[in-house]
Amino acid sequence: MKPILECQGLTKKYGNIYALSNLSLTLERGQIVGLLGLNGSGKTTLIKLINGLITSTAGQVLINGMLPGADTKKLVSYLPERSYLNDHMKVEEILSYFSDFYENFNVVHARAMLSDLDIDTHARLRTLSKGTKEKVQLVLVMSRDAELFILDEPIGGVDPAARDYILQTILTNYNENATILLSTHLITDIENMLDRVLFIQKGQLVLNATVDEIRTAKRESVDSLFREVFKC
Amino acid sequence: MPWDLDNNRPIYLQLMERIQQDIIAGVYSPGSKLPSVRDLALEASVNPNTMQKALSELERSGLVYSQRTSGRFITEDKTMLKKIKRNLASEHIRQFFEKMTLLGYNREEILELIQEALKEE
Repeated sequence: MKPILECQGLTKKYGNIYALSNLSLTLERGQIVGLLGLNGSGKTTLIKLINGLITSTAGQVLINGMLPGADTKKLVSYLPERSYLNDHMKVEEILSYFSDFYENFNVVHARAMLSDLDIDTHARLRTLSKGTKEKVQLVLVMSRDAELFILDEPIGGVDPAARDYILQTILTNYNENATILLSTHLITDIENMLDRVLFIQKGQLVLNATVDEIRTAKRESVDSLFREVFKC
Repeated sequence: MPWDLDNNRPIYLQLMERIQQDIIAGVYSPGSKLPSVRDLALEASVNPNTMQKALSELERSGLVYSQRTSGRFITEDKTMLKKIKRNLASEHIRQFFEKMTLLGYNREEILELIQEALKEE
């Protein structure tokens, strides 16, 4: 089986600035991977390249051996940092929209999660709080039978109780052939759930190791290593 | 309720210790079946792969064994369980002595303090 994600010499330049510079990375299936780095380090650029939303200056991204395109969008379920959903739509309408759009969308699953989170599916999105909107989006993204989940800051805006539910949801739904790549600043909250962490600094991959490798070698948590590496 | 884990020590080691502790304390009895990797991972709020690693290590030590299709079981080897219990006890005692020594007590004084404490109980 081909790796679910491969980046080869990936470079993205905006004018004279390198957002990503010669980044190479291979992710195998069945892992939960944390993408960590300061603001502006290139996390979202990498995520957008994987999703084919921008094109690289040099190098390439392969998803299951394929360049980003219509075929890879079936495999990738993506939670962007900003909402793209229409505020005037009801949750119910969005559910049918997703059912039409993605053949691997599991609407039964989505309804069950929405009801666990006490979200009224007849409400219009604009009437929901920021945190609730984020929950709706995450439910939609996690309800797809995808092979690569890419979550850009999935738990940033939600309260700690919902955060626990969401993390449990990720663990429950996680299947052995899928890989989850998630970017976050809330390292401590998710550290125990991760297999592997990637540190990105100034567009370059500076660390790619498992959480327990870090703890064994450095005798400290990923969170405190992060604070050390990225000290201002 | 997620398991209480330290931030600076490898997660799989802590999971091993916790399961070992539970076996010794009788939460799981000798010969009984352990919950599945996924259920244990959910209970502990950890990555299933990490739980898998902890269980494989416990298997290597002989404390648990797996049966092809039916899952993982606790050993029925009473001698081994006794030995592990004894090792854990020695470790607790070692740590206790270390702390008391840091406070400046010598061996005799420590023994006296223990005897006093036992009388008070």
